[in-house]
Amino acid sequence: MATSLAAPPGNFDAERVRRDFPILEQQVNGRPLVYLDNAASGQRPLAVLRAVEHYETHTHANVHRGVHALSQAATDAFEGARERARRFINARSTREIVFVRGTTEGINLVAQSFGRPRLGRGDEILISALEHHANIVPWQMVCEQTGCTLKVAPINRRGEVELEALFELLNSRTRLVAVAHVSNALGTVVPVERIVQAAHSCGALVLLDGAQAVAHSPIDVRALGCDFYAFSGHKLYGPTGIGVLYGREELLEEMPPWQGGGEMIRTVSFERTTYNDLPWKFEAGTPNISGAVGLAAAMDYLESLGLEALAAHEQRLLAQATAALERLPGIEIIGTAAHKAAVLSFTMRGCHPHDLGTVLDSQGVAIRTGHHCAMPVMTFFDIPATARASFGCYNTEADVAALVAALEKAREVFG
Amino acid sequence: MDLKDLYRDVILDHNRQPRNFGALAHSDAHAEGHNPLCGDRLTVWLRFEGDRIADIRFEGKGCAISTASASLMTEAVKGRDKAAIKELYDRIHVLLTEPHAAADASLGKLAALGGVSEFPARVKCATLCWHTLNAALEHSADAVSTEE
Repeated sequence: MATSLAAPPGNFDAERVRRDFPILEQQVNGRPLVYLDNAASGQRPLAVLRAVEHYETHTHANVHRGVHALSQAATDAFEGARERARRFINARSTREIVFVRGTTEGINLVAQSFGRPRLGRGDEILISALEHHANIVPWQMVCEQTGCTLKVAPINRRGEVELEALFELLNSRTRLVAVAHVSNALGTVVPVERIVQAAHSCGALVLLDGAQAVAHSPIDVRALGCDFYAFSGHKLYGPTGIGVLYGREELLEEMPPWQGGGEMIRTVSFERTTYNDLPWKFEAGTPNISGAVGLAAAMDYLESLGLEALAAHEQRLLAQATAALERLPGIEIIGTAAHKAAVLSFTMRGCHPHDLGTVLDSQGVAIRTGHHCAMPVMTFFDIPATARASFGCYNTEADVAALVAALEKAREVFG
Repeated sequence: MDLKDLYRDVILDHNRQPRNFGALAHSDAHAEGHNPLCGDRLTVWLRFEGDRIADIRFEGKGCAISTASASLMTEAVKGRDKAAIKELYDRIHVLLTEPHAAADASLGKLAALGGVSEFPARVKCATLCWHTLNAALEHSADAVSTEE
């Protein structure tokens, strides 16, 4: 990437990036907005807003099968977005890029289309104790449907997956390992390459939940070696309601469709229906075309910033925020893995996370409080909830300072 | 939005030192409330003398609003009969959900919860204990929630 070479990591210009995000210009509760809820959803840069607007203003029609000009233009835009996504994660072919609503739908697709038909009693699915509910519940549903068993690899007090324990749980019955690439609740970066290697040597396939990883570092599914990779557009500054499921072509080829309807068929008669080719076999119904266009624009935008430079910028903010919070009395950081993305989960003694969220909001600082759809992680740390600040491309040192000042305000209120 | 309006001194005091906190031995009824999204969880125990609540205690973990609301509630309902509690609950509901509701002097210390109505996301925190109390009065076995 030329940009990342041209912009050394130390010179990432977040102030300039901020100007690309009109939503950040507002005041909240009389204070300038400090948006630190990026792990829940990123904001949209003008480039994405304009791409979607241009598509809606000039190009929209239903995709595929149309002979009129707009339908062809819309198809080109939609399939162009697929090619963009392929390049973004370095998949071999666009046949491996299935557009879905988001990470959750991608995982459910694999659970129902890959898992349900071929799993049965005696088979095992292995996840970790770090997972988001979206990488737990679909597997529990498959276990109920097929009689297979869900195994859970433990985490340690730093919030890291216990790799040795995970390896011990791997055996010839393990059919699929499904783990987060980056934990949404704690920010832990999971050493997925080692997990892929170990799983494959046992004959198990690997699905990676990439929701939290895609906006923070370059993703190369071939280098990772995973069999499935799911992510959402809105976590990487694209629209909501669009995401990608990557699957190795030979696997997707063998998998049956999971939803029936238009688009996913080749021929339909009441006697027999034949299915469309990849990836359309998995895209029943009219897709989120403008969402795909916006997602492609978000990928262009992220690469123009330089994902490596961005990662270095976020790591600097994480280090600053971590050091600042460690100095604040009564703050406990939850999730202290050696390798973390820019997510900072914490609690404050004497102040429930929910109260903390309200106090910070009064200061214009938007963070998330709660269980972050990872109740088992909260149970492990024996806490009902955490406060979570998560950083993105437009966050600055001033945002870290605003977070610290707001936490001092909370300490003042709660004594 | 004024923080001091939500976190009044009475609220902070009852959060730090909740009254009637801890299990009630020999209770006649109890119920559990749980808001899984934010993690607030509490149990309310009651002892009756006839139609009157002779004693009430609660225990749980939650935010300042849910803890203080429960603490204030136990003080307010102790000694009252069911009809009076129902009437009090209706007035509390107005206080918690209608911004700028006219101050109701008869609410006493409970009026400190008046700032909650300006924070819609926090109303469920303050009402959890009241719904749990209702469940205990009705001897309901199901856990109560004020989350949708």
